[in-house]
Amino acid sequence: MTLIKINKKALDLGIEKAKSAYQVFGPVKQKNDHDYKRLDKNELPDFNFQNTRLSPKSIIYPQSQIMFRYSLDETSDDCRIMKEVENVSAPMAIVGVRPCDALSFPIVRRNFDSPEYQDTYWVKAYEATTFVGLACNSACSTCFCTSAGTGPFGEEGLDVLLVADGDDFYVKPLTEKGTAFVGAAGWSGTADASAGEKIEALKQAAETSVTSAVKTDKLREKTTLELYDAPFWQEEAFSCINCGTCTYVCPTCWCFDVQDETFGKSGIRMRNWDSCMFPLFTSHASGHNPRDAKYQRVRQRFMHKLKYYVDKYDNGIQCVGCGRCIRLCPVNIDIRRICNKMNSFDAESCKCETAAS
Amino acid sequence: MTDYTDKIRQIAKRVLDEGKVDMVIGFRAGTLPMMNQPHYATSAQTADELIWDSNCGLNLANYITDKKEKIAIVAKGCDTRNIVTHIIENKIKREQLYIIGVPCTGMIDHHKINAMFDNEITRVEESGDQITISGEGFSETLPKPELLAENCAVCTHRNPVEYDELVGDLVEEQTDVDPYASVKKVEAMSPDEKWQYFEDLLSPCIRCYACRNACPLCYCPTCFVDESRPQWVGKSQDSVDVRTFHVLRAYHCAGRCTDCGACERVCPIGIKIREFTKKLNKDCLELYGWEAGLTLDQRPPLDTYKADDPQAFIK
Repeated sequence: MTLIKINKKALDLGIEKAKSAYQVFGPVKQKNDHDYKRLDKNELPDFNFQNTRLSPKSIIYPQSQIMFRYSLDETSDDCRIMKEVENVSAPMAIVGVRPCDALSFPIVRRNFDSPEYQDTYWVKAYEATTFVGLACNSACSTCFCTSAGTGPFGEEGLDVLLVADGDDFYVKPLTEKGTAFVGAAGWSGTADASAGEKIEALKQAAETSVTSAVKTDKLREKTTLELYDAPFWQEEAFSCINCGTCTYVCPTCWCFDVQDETFGKSGIRMRNWDSCMFPLFTSHASGHNPRDAKYQRVRQRFMHKLKYYVDKYDNGIQCVGCGRCIRLCPVNIDIRRICNKMNSFDAESCKCETAAS
Repeated sequence: MTDYTDKIRQIAKRVLDEGKVDMVIGFRAGTLPMMNQPHYATSAQTADELIWDSNCGLNLANYITDKKEKIAIVAKGCDTRNIVTHIIENKIKREQLYIIGVPCTGMIDHHKINAMFDNEITRVEESGDQITISGEGFSETLPKPELLAENCAVCTHRNPVEYDELVGDLVEEQTDVDPYASVKKVEAMSPDEKWQYFEDLLSPCIRCYACRNACPLCYCPTCFVDESRPQWVGKSQDSVDVRTFHVLRAYHCAGRCTDCGACERVCPIGIKIREFTKKLNKDCLELYGWEAGLTLDQRPPLDTYKADDPQAFIK
């Protein structure tokens, strides 16, 4: 598809124009950090950010989402009948998605949209959404996207890729959805012949700016139980306070809990993000908890992302290298350190590399 | 304060070597600027990882709750006050502990410092009371007092209150600060203004519970928000449930909170959680002349009864 070059003004005008056809979401600075929000009329995204504090996951998969409503009014015909809430998504577009976050959607899709099971809430929202990415020209010190299946110019999961070049932007439509968005935004103007080279140069520079990495090449060949029983979990889990920060800021954490809330004679059945860091996550009705100890919960999170997922889908790790959990963990549990330990763990000698890279 | 590091390592090795303790709980250097990691040493080798600087703001008393081992713990003023509270509340025995006291000159506020710069901070260095913050294309040196976490800026108990050994000379306590200035501002608001103030304060909460989990006081086997039989509090982002969590948690800390600031330090969103606990600290001081964790010899006012206890606030 044709590469387009536009200036900042055309970018802004296009985003404003696209709002007539899409609910447009984008990064906006709120207090000290950027976060995604629905852009109001005449509100533009602020692209002066490295990455947002929270990922765009909640646009497709809200932290709290009502699924059913019910009545407990005995005189009503539909008493105790779960009624699905209207589940039709209007077209949405998220602009300014970083390539790492973009990759999280295909990853999460493997869970929510598989041949045997489709989560209609997630799938409908996902299908209604156009992902307009923004390539990263320079990485944070905690970014390790290039060793997590993508890169600062990664295209997987995106419908359009925007590349900032000074005050200008290259627009690269990647899918039919993307072409439709570009049409709605009215972005036109073929980039000159040197654009490809220019983008390649920016990409090279961006990739060089990614200074941290994880090693994942040996995760698949490890024996699950040997990793599970590895001696380092207790030590690595020591500082963990079992809050839900890592899971809530993670673009690929997908677990939820279903709750009913009743108000007088009516009620809702909703789902809320849950966290494997919480003891309640695995608490059984009997009172037994198979992950009673903190280290077991920490182990679960990393084993899920870096071993179970790897084995089940054979498609890399369940991590996109955005580095949010590293930046926001209050006690400095660093997934790079743990991933490298897991990847290098030798069950016979019980040894592994410890340095975070 | 960085010169405490050598002394901490020396003491740690000695008490481990002498068999006085099974582990030494302290901090090791983190993988990010302004972020050290709670860590335990069981050998001379791991003791050499222990460090001290102005990024040791987490409260290590949180890591000794219900522990059975003999533990040496590196503890600044507020940590020792929470250790005292733990001992009074039977969460650990004094004889299990070897307290390595750290006279503290305050911890820097990573939320505030991150907000001061547009670009990512990749290096923060400390020399005396000068902090140098740098990243790509910038480097700025500022006096540490300007960068202190709010609780440290108004702290009046910098020195350990209970210890077996000190890593340095006691420091001068601050006397020219008003620990409750922020509370007084809120107290002066009208009910509507207060409502809006707390609404704005809590609206970004994602309910990760980092504040609760970093707090040494929050050791309930099952927190009221996690009770499921029956369930007291809803799990969604409903503002009533979010408020219920924060307000009730604050009340559970009344007369126990040492204003260590761990709750604010760990909040990924930067919510000023101390606005709640501070008010209760102020009330406890005004009503009972009580500040938590200063002595092992006195029960806290809210778990004792005295005939002349103030009761005018009971309505």
